[in-house]
Amino acid sequence: MSGIVKLGMPKWGLSMTEGQLVRWLVEEGAELKPGDEVAEAESEKINGTVEAPAAGVLRRRVAREGEVIPVGGLLGVIADPAVPEGEIDSFIEEFQATFVPGEAGEEAGPEPQTVEVGGRSIRYLKHGEGEETAILLHGFGGDLNNWLFNQEVLADGRAVYALDFPGHGGSTKEVEGTLDELAGVVSGFMDALGIERAHLVGHSMGGAVAATLALARPERVASLVLIASAGLGPEINEEYIRGFIAAGRRKEMKSVLQLLFADPDLVTRQLVNDVLKYKRLDGVDEALKKLAGGIFPGGRQANVLTSRLTESEVPILVIWGDKDAILPPEHAAELSGRAPAEVLEGRGHMVQMEAAGEVNRLIEDFIGGLE
Amino acid sequence: MRRITFMQAINEALAQEMERDPTVVVFGEDNAGGAGAPGEDDAWGGVMGVTKGLYHSFPGRVLDTPISESAFIGAAAGAACSGLRPVAELMFVDFMGVCFDQIFNQAAKFRYMFGGKARTPMVIRTMYGAGIRAAGQHSQSLYPIFTHIPGLKVAIPSSPYDAKGLMIQAIRDDDPVIFFENKVLYAVEGEVPEESYTVPFGEANFVREGDDVTIVAIGRMVSFAEQAAEELAGDGIECEILDPRTTSPLDEESIYESVENTGRLVVVDESNPRCSLASDIAALVAQNCFEDLKAAPKMVTAPHTPPPFSPTLEDAYVPDPERIAAAAREVVEGAGARA
Repeated sequence: MSGIVKLGMPKWGLSMTEGQLVRWLVEEGAELKPGDEVAEAESEKINGTVEAPAAGVLRRRVAREGEVIPVGGLLGVIADPAVPEGEIDSFIEEFQATFVPGEAGEEAGPEPQTVEVGGRSIRYLKHGEGEETAILLHGFGGDLNNWLFNQEVLADGRAVYALDFPGHGGSTKEVEGTLDELAGVVSGFMDALGIERAHLVGHSMGGAVAATLALARPERVASLVLIASAGLGPEINEEYIRGFIAAGRRKEMKSVLQLLFADPDLVTRQLVNDVLKYKRLDGVDEALKKLAGGIFPGGRQANVLTSRLTESEVPILVIWGDKDAILPPEHAAELSGRAPAEVLEGRGHMVQMEAAGEVNRLIEDFIGGLE
Repeated sequence: MRRITFMQAINEALAQEMERDPTVVVFGEDNAGGAGAPGEDDAWGGVMGVTKGLYHSFPGRVLDTPISESAFIGAAAGAACSGLRPVAELMFVDFMGVCFDQIFNQAAKFRYMFGGKARTPMVIRTMYGAGIRAAGQHSQSLYPIFTHIPGLKVAIPSSPYDAKGLMIQAIRDDDPVIFFENKVLYAVEGEVPEESYTVPFGEANFVREGDDVTIVAIGRMVSFAEQAAEELAGDGIECEILDPRTTSPLDEESIYESVENTGRLVVVDESNPRCSLASDIAALVAQNCFEDLKAAPKMVTAPHTPPPFSPTLEDAYVPDPERIAAAAREVVEGAGARA
């Protein structure tokens, strides 16, 4: 039964064992390219899109909308139009008869680890192996889970690290709050793990950190992918920064987090809870205030790196969502002539989550092209 | 993430707050445990061992008290007014009656009657609930009585995560907090961050989301409600489970928000039914969400009797997943339900 490809329930993050098929986005019989969005699914923690793993026709929608399917379980079948119906039926029958739910879910994958950097404990997650290395750097108030839909995909044939900045996630909460300090954490992290040179993929504040390191230590940065990045203009949505720091309760937090996404439904109760749990750790409040004061004082970005980046030689790719409500999409054009800018329609600030497939492909093409 | 037990979570909260704040002191019956017996000073750590290990880590700040609840709860109120943050352990809530004056008339009233000039940052830790064959004087769920008194805050954690966060919040809070620990939950494990954190008072936890019926459950009843919801999901009934976490203050808003969506309410409360949390929440919803209700709210509680000593009767006394599921079915499908 060659040419038949399973469309399975993806695994988003360590704890996901099953997901609910929210709705189909294409009809049976639709022609698909790899990466086309086929369905919407939802785990306990997050909503995401299921993408076609290969080209072909969506021959069967096996899972019903609303149905809960274990990770790795069958959502649908993709195959060439030439494959006879009978073969599709026996593929489904055989899969359902032999599939053991839980196996894929228990195939745990890597777990976050910690490393000592300059006296601080830094949490990180590593996926993949290879000669080339990429490091993913989250934004203000985020953590390594912001790359849930990206890290594993990008780790095909290379080592991809995602870390938590000080003051965030599972890292030490003490922070002074400057870009130079955070860039020093990244180079210290590279030293500690024996990484000489890496592609830096930075989102929002993490983009400005990546750019700062590329300017200070160009020999260590193979390329920059700046996603909805800080550092490319003075404007920033001050209301978001203030609101994120001030929000202590579910309702306030929800409306603040909805600014991050073009589709407010992506802010699930679980996402709000996870952010609140983080914010209620001792030291986080102070860390966020210091970072905001150091990097976004008075509701403006303290460091605009555009002209220095233009003069630098590091390869740069800029990605933005045109519905970004935190950092203006116009900043994407600030490096025009110097770096390609991809502005994705209908996506918000968390563009790497909202349009994971597209962003992954852009990064892969860009980094892959350099390698 | 690291998993520890409910009991370890409380112990860790106490240790971290004692480390952070030198004014935090811990005392109660056997909290130091057999003091005066060399080498075995912390052999007990309270009757169940919750404070075990603290005696040596914090010399002079973990004290044994005589079996005189009225004396040491009064001492806690006085200490709180004069600069300490005491955490007093009153073994079983069933014994609380002998110190009602210290709690109701003193601790709960200081801030109010001294015109806001007095603070009373004290915590009373106490065990509640049936299930360990300890009979009528060691098995009651008396949190409604304390919820009734203005000036007291009442926390009832259902998970190790909430136990640690609510305890740290209770210690940092400037008002007297009665902290209820269900003795059957002590061995339950769950994910708990190693760092210190708080869980705010007055914010319910949405344990599970669903559109058909709202189940408000407290303490040990939360996991029973989850089991019931799991069973009902198999029949297409989706339950939303809310755990208020604190009954004073009570997060009324989240309860109304949920009932406005589901139109149906089941309240699960291990205490006796009259003047209980169940009757309180059912009444609040009836008053505030009447237009949204598709069925009369249902209460699942212990009966109006003392907790029995007979194991068979005790097991029948405590609400269980079957009774919760039956109540939820009744409000969704039964005669009481309106279309």
